[in-house]
Amino acid sequence: MAEITLRVNGVERSLSLDTRVSLLDLLREHLGLTGSKKGCDHGQCGACTVLIDGRRANACLALAVACDGLEITTVEGLADGEELHPLQAAFVECDAFQCGYCTPGQLCSAAGMLREPGPSAVTGDLTEDPALTAEEIRERMSGNLCRCGAYVNIVAAVHRVAAERAREVAGR
Amino acid sequence: MSTIGGMRRVEGREKVTGRATYAFEYAVEGAAYGHPVQAPIARGRITTIDAEAALAVPGVLAVVSSADPPPLGSVEDPELAVFQSPQVAYHGQVVAVVVAETAEIAREAAETALRIEYQAEPHDVVLRPDHPRLYAPERVNPAFPGRTEKGDVEAGLADAAYTVDQTYTTPALHNNPMEPHAAIAAWEPDGSLTVYDSTQGATAHRDTIAAVLGLRQDQVRVISRHVGGGFGSKGTPRPHVIVAAVAARAAGRPVKVALTRQQMYDMTGYRTPTIQRVRLGADEDGRLTAIDHDAVEQSSTLKEFAEQTTTPTRVMYAAPALRTTHHLVRLDVPTPSWMRAPGECPGMFALESAMDELAEAAGIDPVELRVLNEPAAEPESGRPFSSRNLVACLREGARRFGWDRRDPRPGVRREGRWLVGTGVACSTYPAYRRPSSATAVAEDGGYVVRVAAADIGTGARTVLTQIAAEALNTSPDRVRVEIGDSDLPRASLAGGSMGTASWGTAVVRACEALLKNGGQEGRADTSEEVAAGSAFARHAFGAQFAEVRVDADTGEVRVPRLLGVFAAGRIVNPVLARSQFIGGMTMGLGMALMEESFVDPRFGDFLNHDLAQYHVAACADVQDVEAVWIDEEDPYLNPMGSKGIGEIGIVGTAAAIANAVYHATGRRVRDLPITPARLLS
Repeated sequence: MAEITLRVNGVERSLSLDTRVSLLDLLREHLGLTGSKKGCDHGQCGACTVLIDGRRANACLALAVACDGLEITTVEGLADGEELHPLQAAFVECDAFQCGYCTPGQLCSAAGMLREPGPSAVTGDLTEDPALTAEEIRERMSGNLCRCGAYVNIVAAVHRVAAERAREVAGR
Repeated sequence: MSTIGGMRRVEGREKVTGRATYAFEYAVEGAAYGHPVQAPIARGRITTIDAEAALAVPGVLAVVSSADPPPLGSVEDPELAVFQSPQVAYHGQVVAVVVAETAEIAREAAETALRIEYQAEPHDVVLRPDHPRLYAPERVNPAFPGRTEKGDVEAGLADAAYTVDQTYTTPALHNNPMEPHAAIAAWEPDGSLTVYDSTQGATAHRDTIAAVLGLRQDQVRVISRHVGGGFGSKGTPRPHVIVAAVAARAAGRPVKVALTRQQMYDMTGYRTPTIQRVRLGADEDGRLTAIDHDAVEQSSTLKEFAEQTTTPTRVMYAAPALRTTHHLVRLDVPTPSWMRAPGECPGMFALESAMDELAEAAGIDPVELRVLNEPAAEPESGRPFSSRNLVACLREGARRFGWDRRDPRPGVRREGRWLVGTGVACSTYPAYRRPSSATAVAEDGGYVVRVAAADIGTGARTVLTQIAAEALNTSPDRVRVEIGDSDLPRASLAGGSMGTASWGTAVVRACEALLKNGGQEGRADTSEEVAAGSAFARHAFGAQFAEVRVDADTGEVRVPRLLGVFAAGRIVNPVLARSQFIGGMTMGLGMALMEESFVDPRFGDFLNHDLAQYHVAACADVQDVEAVWIDEEDPYLNPMGSKGIGEIGIVGTAAAIANAVYHATGRRVRDLPITPARLLS
């Protein structure tokens, strides 16, 4: 057993845990935050994606004890009270999910991705910070599987939010 | 309904905020965790089970196995009659469950402390077309004749100006819904059982679970409000549900069981591999003189599940001679089961590939060949179609896709290192309907509609809300639909693309009864209405067009464009319907290019049993996928005028892509998936 303290969605949590517990199982089985999903438990599907200190990560691959002192954001922490995060609203509007099981991971992944600078494997000029085209989004969101096949709508939803942000930045 | 047709999912907010609760996520007081243990041999028997060390692990509450078989009611279904016998019928069959205070302890004890010894016997796990134990099943799923024949097929082939005689294969495929199968079983003090399950049909699951456990139906309640996909694999109760129930009884506590992704490959069903021989004959003009379609497939030694692979050929094209047959062999493998469009999906890969080969042989455009062979009535039965707009789908698809600019010659378009090609194939799926019941009640200034339907991502909850609102002549925001609970009025499965037709009929009739009864309450049971049947052949149709680019050096296949045009009766909700169609097509793209479960002949298991090795389409694999539909009015279906749309999207996609790969490269790949190795070899 180990004592750890971490912040989850802005709330400090202190627990005594079996050292084998993953961050995902900490959230789901110990804190009752079941929004983060277990699809494979091996970092292969992305359904458990959360933000650790603002960066996207597979919660199933992180041991909870290794997250002592860190700041975790899950899908439950994306909205501002009753006001949906722009990605959440875009997912609803674009019908970017069907069964909904990969959705929390897609949302956290997209939220982290929008803040990640730099080129990807499909960027032409590696010295540029590329615009988030559909092709860039597809590449950067490929760690999150969706078996219902909602990718076309997921890309549309993320693209909508990315374009809004780009316009805001340009307007400043 | 047109004014509200684009309504978004009623549970959308719950799903994007993480508040939608799936089976494993119910906060059940005092729940313990069960970890299923699987057989490491494909055939044989258990000789020893020693649970002493496992029970000594601190936190372990119980071990259940065939060492002390838990009492069951019906043992008719050998996949569900868990822990009754020491016999092992396939690699990965569940042989024990360890229950503990935490998931970590249960797994530790199961994997390091529970000792089970086996006497292995030689196994037979590989499907082959010359297997000595092949037999012709009398019926194929769900109850079609295994064999049909009309006319003289051999004479039709002998007289043909052009013939095709080819063998096509599809591998074993796994449904892989994102939510692994899971259940929480909680016994109540009065001996009744509550199961939080991930299911495509609470009523049928309740009935089966009750029978297996020897309980009355009213002693079991199945709750399944949100389901993380199923694609057929959650259409029947899987062993883990019974495992959870017997584990909970042994532990005297509620027990949660979630299968791991790896365990799902053995315990939740899969699509049988198929070996299909298709023979086509056509006259000088391209009119079919004969069609012969045979499928070789597998089932387990435990149960016969015979996929209806050649049944779409009974529906598609006019021919004076038509024969469809199935052959099955029982192997030491898990029992195959439903996976999205069982029958139509693999069957149409073969038929539509063969039609492309016939078009090439006869020098006829593949769209025109299909138009030319459009039947006036259902070919096998002779029954008139209630509606059939396949030709309109082909024409509209060809127009949108720019098919008229297509040069038919294969292997002649090159852009840099990419070979470019286009292909077409047809889709079909039956319009089924099953009895269901529903109630509609005026409550809280609005209406509450109750039906034990399931929303596995199809949008059923939303569409039923729309259907009820229209029947009640009110707005959807005044209607609340309750589904996903076996205590609700009994309903059919979310399967066979028949949810909307079956539940929608019951909802409309309940709403009509409410209006007739003075506006307070109405109930309906559609058993009689559905049993009345129809003199018509009722099917949805579609045409799919694919553009592919094949890397001439590496054999990598990309699909820049996929277009589906469908004719599926009235589309109740265009936003959700498009998602269903393109979702099916996306799964079809995966089937075409990457999905394949490898059986290891030495150990008898599926080798690539996780999502790193069994590849499903990822975001970067999917580019421009679009679906549209033909306005189709069909008064012979149901009150909504709708045909099912959940499965037709995957039917034909793989053939359209394979045909496009041929057009791009001149290489005909008849064995799915179309991997670089197959293209370059």
